[in-house]
Amino acid sequence: MMNINRRDFVKLTTAAAAGIAAVPAFGGLGQAFANTAEERAKQLSPKWTQQTTSVCAFCSVGCGLLVNTDLETKRAVNVEGNPDHPINEGALCAKGAASIQMTENPKRPGKFLYRAPYSGEWEEKDWNFCKTRIAQLIKKSRDESFEKKNAKGQVVNRTMGIASLGSAALDNEECYAMHSFMRSLGLVYVEHQARI
Amino acid sequence: MTNHWNDLQNSDCILIMGSNAAENHPISFKWAVKAQKRGAKIIHVDPRFTRTSARSDAYIPLRSGTDIAVLGGMINYLIKNKRYFHKYMVDYTNASFIVGKDFDFKDGLFSGFDSKTNSYDKSKWAFEVDDKGIPKQDKSLQDPNCVFQILKKHYARYTPEKVSSISGVSVKDLELLYDTYTATGKPNKAGTIMYAMGWTQHSVGVQNIRAMAMIQLMLGNIGIAGGGVNALRGECNVQGSTDYALLYHILPGYLKTPLAGQDSLEQYNNTYTPKSNDPESANWWQHYPKYSASLIKAMYSEDTPEQGYQYLPRLDNHKASQYSWIPLIDRMYEGKFSGSLIWGMNPACSSSDSVKTRKALGKLDWMVNVNLFQCETSDFWKGPDMDPKKIKTETFFIPCASAIEKEGSVSNSGRWMQWRYKGPDAFGDVMTDGHYFHEIWEELKALYEKEGGAYPEPITHLSFDNMCEENDHGHMEFSARKTAKLCNGWFTRDVEVKGKKFKKGQQVPSFAYLQTDGSTTSGNWLYCNSVTDDENKSMRHDASQTKEQANIGLFPNWTWCWPVNRRILYNRASVDEKGQPWAPKKAVIKWNGSKWIGDVPDGGWKPGTRHPFIMRKNGFGQLYGPGRADGPLPEYYEPLECPVKTHPFSKTLHNPTAVQIKGEEKAVCDPRFPFVGTTYRVTEHWQTGSMTRWQDWLVEAEPQMFVEISPELAKLRGIENGEKVTVESVRGSLWAIAMVTERIQPYNINGTDVHMVGMPWHYGWVTPINGGDSANIVTPNVGDPNTGIPEYKAFMVNIRKWKEGDK
Repeated sequence: MMNINRRDFVKLTTAAAAGIAAVPAFGGLGQAFANTAEERAKQLSPKWTQQTTSVCAFCSVGCGLLVNTDLETKRAVNVEGNPDHPINEGALCAKGAASIQMTENPKRPGKFLYRAPYSGEWEEKDWNFCKTRIAQLIKKSRDESFEKKNAKGQVVNRTMGIASLGSAALDNEECYAMHSFMRSLGLVYVEHQARI
Repeated sequence: MTNHWNDLQNSDCILIMGSNAAENHPISFKWAVKAQKRGAKIIHVDPRFTRTSARSDAYIPLRSGTDIAVLGGMINYLIKNKRYFHKYMVDYTNASFIVGKDFDFKDGLFSGFDSKTNSYDKSKWAFEVDDKGIPKQDKSLQDPNCVFQILKKHYARYTPEKVSSISGVSVKDLELLYDTYTATGKPNKAGTIMYAMGWTQHSVGVQNIRAMAMIQLMLGNIGIAGGGVNALRGECNVQGSTDYALLYHILPGYLKTPLAGQDSLEQYNNTYTPKSNDPESANWWQHYPKYSASLIKAMYSEDTPEQGYQYLPRLDNHKASQYSWIPLIDRMYEGKFSGSLIWGMNPACSSSDSVKTRKALGKLDWMVNVNLFQCETSDFWKGPDMDPKKIKTETFFIPCASAIEKEGSVSNSGRWMQWRYKGPDAFGDVMTDGHYFHEIWEELKALYEKEGGAYPEPITHLSFDNMCEENDHGHMEFSARKTAKLCNGWFTRDVEVKGKKFKKGQQVPSFAYLQTDGSTTSGNWLYCNSVTDDENKSMRHDASQTKEQANIGLFPNWTWCWPVNRRILYNRASVDEKGQPWAPKKAVIKWNGSKWIGDVPDGGWKPGTRHPFIMRKNGFGQLYGPGRADGPLPEYYEPLECPVKTHPFSKTLHNPTAVQIKGEEKAVCDPRFPFVGTTYRVTEHWQTGSMTRWQDWLVEAEPQMFVEISPELAKLRGIENGEKVTVESVRGSLWAIAMVTERIQPYNINGTDVHMVGMPWHYGWVTPINGGDSANIVTPNVGDPNTGIPEYKAFMVNIRKWKEGDK
């Protein structure tokens, strides 16, 4: 039987922050109206999780997060402030504290959606369909709007018919990938959240 | 930020102006309050009383858009009362530079103005130079054409009475602000500024910030602990995504996008590489050709830098009026784009004049929207007043992995590059954005190789493999770890640099080792030093510090910070010519006789041998800034929509160079739209709410669109607290729930009451039910001439009771 008190729990999580991968997180409090800590502890069914560190996805203070992911389902079971992080020292604002709902959310779409011209409905499609069709559309727009020279006859090699908007939501490495991809397409209309 | 979040604790006076830090950057406030507990003053200057005001030592209300009047008044005050840090100002800023005879200022216009193009010939503002091209100086600051004397004359016009009459700030409050803040002009005192979109989102956004930067330079507040100019950026990686140039005018590391006419890499480099003949000027941008060649080599590894350069698209100019957000959306509205990729963004709510933006999306043949949740952009074709049967736009909604479902780094406002590790698996069928870019590129490459098309080489030669690793199925796929290595850069062949030998494939240790000849890659020179042969420093979680570092809260071993892990920028200005700190109790760096200790110094040279502002050609902080589109000095102008016909500083009412769309109506002293409108954020939602409006906990706290008005305005319009009202502008209208509150008070402008209407901009019609729509339905398509950022913070509206038939 699980016999754990608050101090052991703190010890375990601290050890995890120091590098041990698997710690128990407790999701079994659904019927937890027991009176004492001991009774409540008896009702806990531990889920073995992996703890990883991350950075909050909202404003740019860059608060450290601790993320616990169920080892079986690979879904997050808890996200909280990282007490070791020198900026937030474990604290989070209302949005940061709600971070788990951004990822584990029944309203979150897990499918690719496609809306044909003049249609009133979304249709579910797979990624293969989307990437093939998107590549064709990019190519058509690019080929039709590519300018080798401007009105003054100067070499410009640019695509005038496609605009790229976003994305401050990406990681740095993805931003580099996006920059190099968009510039390789010849895009000059490249803008994102820093502007607005 | 020149400084970083923890550093706020070192300040003696924190001015929060153009920001509501306590609600929009809540954890930053922990450090502001720490300073306050130590005895520092916090002053909040804002059109609206917020939680930031509640915790400040002084709250000073001003009419939205009048910041330059207030700051110009502060410059006048600090010159008149000699509050400046004289030695710092003379030695480290261009106060002593002699401005050329062509400079002039009359009736609100600087010399060189062309009324046909609404732009300036900036050559009229140049400095006088000696025969070596070095600016002439008068260290006594007496020459009538020196920057200091020009400043003194320019801002003598900004008397407390005039400033008060237009901003609505009482003379008494102005004196309190000026006296308290300029007290930091002493060598051992630090003052700092926390600003956000309350300053940037104006037709004078850049000059708002310049005015404050000038104050900071005159007070000796740059480069020191507890000082600096600190932009509180609004998204977790808006800093990094700007460093990585997802903007029309730059390439990664703030290199310029090439222009038509720059036909070779050499021509391009020559245009943007400044030259200085002053041996004491580090002129760091002299290394520009190394950074451009290394970027191109990262993108096109199989080509020479010159060949790779030929693959880059070129603009006609760098004007915000042609390529930035507002003209881009206008061009879309005019049907000049056939497609758009909209990545992690919801412009149907965030773009100014949302109705126009939504119509613009309907002019596209196709549109791809990548987001975590469906939003007003992905679903625009079925939004209010839209008939899907009439909208051709072929639309894709591509869901993506969330931040905790993938690995990679983000850069916070303090320039800390922090690694995120992957927690849960990507949800459903989704993948990361990096995978999407790579796989679409693979498709396109195959298409171009098969079918040919317009100039295929830039696509087919792109070295995407530099960003990929082989997966378990033997297929190359996007890898954040590999890309982080590329962004730092590696050697492409065996070379010897500065007496050190490097093997092909080794990581470049820092940007000092980057080369022009194609022997190095670097996807962003600013990030060179982040991923070495030994480690990815953004992954470090080591809180160890030296005694000096602990004293000012520096954590040099916790993650990594650009450039070269320097935590406080311009820190050479924090010491005198002998390398001794102005404020010994809060030293950032110090020369101990043989080396620097503390933070990574701005260049390792011995003290006194280089001017401290190493990124400037001449090495000095710029009180006078001849590079800006709207003048070398900040000057007061009204927002493009405003409640007055004149202001007390000149006959030029608006910024004559502001970005605007020809033919679009604006409300100036228009009786139909008598109230100043402004927009802002709340703690519980984020930007357009496209992520937070799907989260139950947050929606419960902030469920629907509201509008804050004063009890006086409510009485004037017969509006009750909690009642449904209509807010309307020249562009459109929306409903909101009235929140009648004393947090907003009328401003006394020239003896008349001017009212303000304040709205959060987080809502949209997709979700939640009865949540309302975007505040940006009423905001204008006008913006700053340097950045193009729209004037979301000051425009004109009407407010009235909602009636049947209203939106």
